[in-house]
Amino acid sequence: MSTPTSVSEYRKAEQAVDIDAPIGSQPLGYAGEQELLTLNLGPHHPATHGVLRLLTTLEGEVVRDIKPIIGYVHTGIEKTAEQKSYWKVIPVVERMDYLAYYFNSMAYCGAVETLLDLEVPKRAQYLRVIHLELNRIMSHMVWLGTSALDLGAMSLLFYCFRERDNILDLFEMSSGARMHTRYFQVGGVMEDIPRGFEEKCRAFIKRMPRATDDMRALLSHNEIFLHRMRNVTPLDAETLLGLGVSGPLLRAAGNPWDLRKAAPYSSYEDFEFNIPIGTKGDNWDRYAVRVAEIYESCKIIEQALDGLPEGAHIADDRKVVLPPRHELATSMEALIHHFKLVTEGLREPPGEAYYPIESPRGELGCFVRADGSSKPARVHMRDPSFVNLQATAPMVKDSYLADLIATLAMLDPILGGIDR
Amino acid sequence: MPDATGLELLAQELRETEPDAVLETTFFREKGRIAVAPASIPAVLQFLKGKGFTFLASVHGLDYYPDEPRLGVQYELLNMHDVDRLTVTLRVPVDAPEVPSVTPQWPTADHQEREIFDMFGVVFEGHPDLRRILMPEDYEGFPQRRDFPVGGEPILFTQQQAHGTDYTLGVDVPHEGSETPDA
Repeated sequence: MSTPTSVSEYRKAEQAVDIDAPIGSQPLGYAGEQELLTLNLGPHHPATHGVLRLLTTLEGEVVRDIKPIIGYVHTGIEKTAEQKSYWKVIPVVERMDYLAYYFNSMAYCGAVETLLDLEVPKRAQYLRVIHLELNRIMSHMVWLGTSALDLGAMSLLFYCFRERDNILDLFEMSSGARMHTRYFQVGGVMEDIPRGFEEKCRAFIKRMPRATDDMRALLSHNEIFLHRMRNVTPLDAETLLGLGVSGPLLRAAGNPWDLRKAAPYSSYEDFEFNIPIGTKGDNWDRYAVRVAEIYESCKIIEQALDGLPEGAHIADDRKVVLPPRHELATSMEALIHHFKLVTEGLREPPGEAYYPIESPRGELGCFVRADGSSKPARVHMRDPSFVNLQATAPMVKDSYLADLIATLAMLDPILGGIDR
Repeated sequence: MPDATGLELLAQELRETEPDAVLETTFFREKGRIAVAPASIPAVLQFLKGKGFTFLASVHGLDYYPDEPRLGVQYELLNMHDVDRLTVTLRVPVDAPEVPSVTPQWPTADHQEREIFDMFGVVFEGHPDLRRILMPEDYEGFPQRRDFPVGGEPILFTQQQAHGTDYTLGVDVPHEGSETPDA
């Protein structure tokens, strides 16, 4: 046996290591790029909340870089919307952010109403607020349940989905559908709320704060949960604003920006509610802000039910809104309007409008361009998930892979809204 | 919201700092919009940032087919202090769709400019990573353009692959027996 005459560069470097010398002066050390591991997270992964693919660069267990790759559920909804008359677009846009369907249709109807310069009756505005806030609670329930599931708290999902089901029952009562209800129409809402809706809704908002207390009791003192939440992946408000982040993520960092207060739409100025904000902008604040929003939403619903004005549930413009059913039998003009609206649809004056609202995830804006025909020339949704996703990389840089999962859950991205 | 007078004052100030930038101002449905020359967009947005419009809410792409110049990009700015909104618009022709990117100054524009490039083919010069974002990397054409046809794309299913049947049937050529009989 003879010693090898030529040894590799690596072996040479290895033999040169002096175990007693301090680590920084070693010739070997961390070999930079060679130690990095590229890991594909998703697109089919339960913790990515949809078909989101994350190209992560890991150094050991630490995330050094992350690239979100999206488009796996791109269905061309914006293109589809251009092929349909204005009122037929509503069910299509509802399917974008599938947890916030009332918000999608609200943004779209708002943009169309702005273009038409159409006044929405007060009762319709209040009914919209009731459904929007119920939808916000429902969206937060799904977020809370699935986020807790990502962190190993399995039982919470069932409590969350029980409350979500109560809300879906209410949606079914008012519109006949549990999801993608197509309840909001251009000019108001499809139908007035049925008898019994109010009592059921009041019973729900009475139990919801107590149910939220229970859910908080399950999570807020759990040590595993706290370790993934407190002081994990904080990001300051200034960086978030630069990245265009809005909604609970921005409020968690201490900026009390909420369109419901700042630029009220649909009579939000009539209600008293607080805007929960955080201080650090870490995962804990993101969690706490959303949970606190549930209580505020209950308050808004209660005030809206108390002050629900009498009157029409939809505007009285026959060029835009279908005439009431009973008129069709007696009025020739009603029949003509009905026929024109159903076959051709309403016509918009040419123009462009951008209508932003506060969705559960931030600013949801709908841009509509009308060219004078009965179909929109362009429908674009500024989806908050799509924009907020850009904040993932600065948030999770140099944190642990397990914190990435928790942060992604607290980011609450909805892939249907991101890809559209 | 800035009223019509406020919009004119702002546009006048912009004209003084950036000559040749402002093309047109319009006030429609309580909202001001300024049409600018494409090359001046980073300077214009920087000027408006100094005026308090610090939040770039959204960037939309548009196709004004058949009008020329066809493609449009709109920037929705928000002044969070005064709760003002302002739209800055620009138009570029299809055969020279170059617009300077604002991503270096506004990180939020990153994904949104990529989406407009993906859907309309507007090239944002200076964008750090201009790739398709929603469509596949090898996709040809810009689907949100108004002259892009709507229709099916042939999809190869396992069953057709196994039987060796032509999977393009039903897209351009109707399936056997599905044709409407002649009257």
